[in-house]
Amino acid sequence: MAPSKPQLPGVFKGLGVTLKEAFKTMFPDGLAKPPSPSRGAQTVQYPREKETPANRSRGVISLHEDNCTSCMLCVRECPDWCIYIEAHKTLAPPRRAGGKPRAVNTLDRFDIDYSLCMYCGICVEVCPFEALFWTPEYEYSEFKIADLIHDKDRLEQWFDTVPEFEAYESGSEAKVKKVPPKGAS
Amino acid sequence: MLALHLAYWQETILRLVIGLAALLGLTGAVVYLYLFKFVSFMQSRLGPMEAGPYGSLQLLAEVGKWLQKEDVFTERADRFVFAASPFVVILSTFLLFVVVPAGPTDEVAHMSNSLLYALAVSAISVIGILMAGWASANKYALLGGLRAAGQLVAYELPMVLAVIGVVISAGSLNLQHIVAAQSTGHVFGWSGIGNPYILTQFTGFLIFLIAMQAELTQTPFDMPVAESELVAGYMVEYTGIRFLVYFIAEFATAIGFSAIAATLFLGGWGLPASWGIGHEAMHVVGPIVISAKTVLLTGVVFWVRFSFPRFREDQLQRLAWKFLIPLALGNIVVTACLKVAF
Repeated sequence: MAPSKPQLPGVFKGLGVTLKEAFKTMFPDGLAKPPSPSRGAQTVQYPREKETPANRSRGVISLHEDNCTSCMLCVRECPDWCIYIEAHKTLAPPRRAGGKPRAVNTLDRFDIDYSLCMYCGICVEVCPFEALFWTPEYEYSEFKIADLIHDKDRLEQWFDTVPEFEAYESGSEAKVKKVPPKGAS
Repeated sequence: MLALHLAYWQETILRLVIGLAALLGLTGAVVYLYLFKFVSFMQSRLGPMEAGPYGSLQLLAEVGKWLQKEDVFTERADRFVFAASPFVVILSTFLLFVVVPAGPTDEVAHMSNSLLYALAVSAISVIGILMAGWASANKYALLGGLRAAGQLVAYELPMVLAVIGVVISAGSLNLQHIVAAQSTGHVFGWSGIGNPYILTQFTGFLIFLIAMQAELTQTPFDMPVAESELVAGYMVEYTGIRFLVYFIAEFATAIGFSAIAATLFLGGWGLPASWGIGHEAMHVVGPIVISAKTVLLTGVVFWVRFSFPRFREDQLQRLAWKFLIPLALGNIVVTACLKVAF
């Protein structure tokens, strides 16, 4: 390979880019006005100001217990086995008068271990009964790693933060997720 | 003048303490100003904001953190050499600072050939870095140390050659005389701003800046500490206070070289003689002037550091041997001819 010659104008252009960016950050209102880097910077000072995450961002997974049939699909699809379900059968009243009582599964335990979860979203995708939803909430760090196991009550609480489903771009073949009304359970 | 008569040892201690305080103070200021803030602004972020107003005490927090860390030696390290190496490197920095003049008599040690001395002691850091690379018993450290040695030796040469142009112009190897020559000089008969050698020795100035960047192993030339291939080069096994010493040495050396460059090319502590500032006043004004010029030049170092990607090893050596050294030699010839002609 032929040795490349240093491209002099490019070198100075690079220096110009960084310097211009520095001044744009320092003086967002122009050089005549006093400097105000906290407005010029693209970043926010996190614990003091918070950015609103995008509607469809993957913060935490919530559970709508009423829709869960304990089918275990999410448990089996989870790549790192961080969902734990235990359930027992109970009898529910028949749908039509005179029918047989139905056998339904009632959840005893539905835990997601967020210390293992890798936020792939396969459980949300695979759930056939609209029981799992992404919510954009992201502040649930804990001092003890065991506290990252969210039980079904905690997961149900997250459900209140599930945003209304926003239609995908046209041409998207993804299925439409129906969010059940809040506070139904 | 101060009517103060101190014994030689008292004066020496006073000079050492003031010199050390100036060096560390300037280093801290530069790290905060450029490494923390200016670079953050370049990247459209704020930098440290929590420790002290606008993050100004961040450096203290970092130093406190490093002081608490465990002092780790690798099992097969050559313990004495490993432990001594950071101090050899920072010694080279401190020795460099000894001769930088900050006023008519304000330097830590008077020497007649102070420029020669400065260029000589700045090369000691190579030994410290080789010590670190060898004694760490780590292949990354060894590779980093060897790369650093090759780079520092390669760029020592253009640096020295670039300085010779200034030496020819000033006719002296003494930094004080060089400052005086710039202060009282004139450009084409006009003495309004004296004759800072950045005007007549601009080529030398550019070569010196590039070589300085390489001597400091700052980014376009940071092959020895290339983190993507060598982790941290010769510093890879260092923790705690020894790493802190390396950290201080890195930025203090940036100050030291910038101060030498400011003295050689920007007029040092001197202001143009035609401005008529008294000899006594320069004891106060001089340190401020040289500090301002030094900080400005260090800013250029960091500006370049955070604008460019890293050179490859062969590109780095080619730049030194095939471009900078011939250019510096040509500069010497042209300077000498012009010196004789005028």
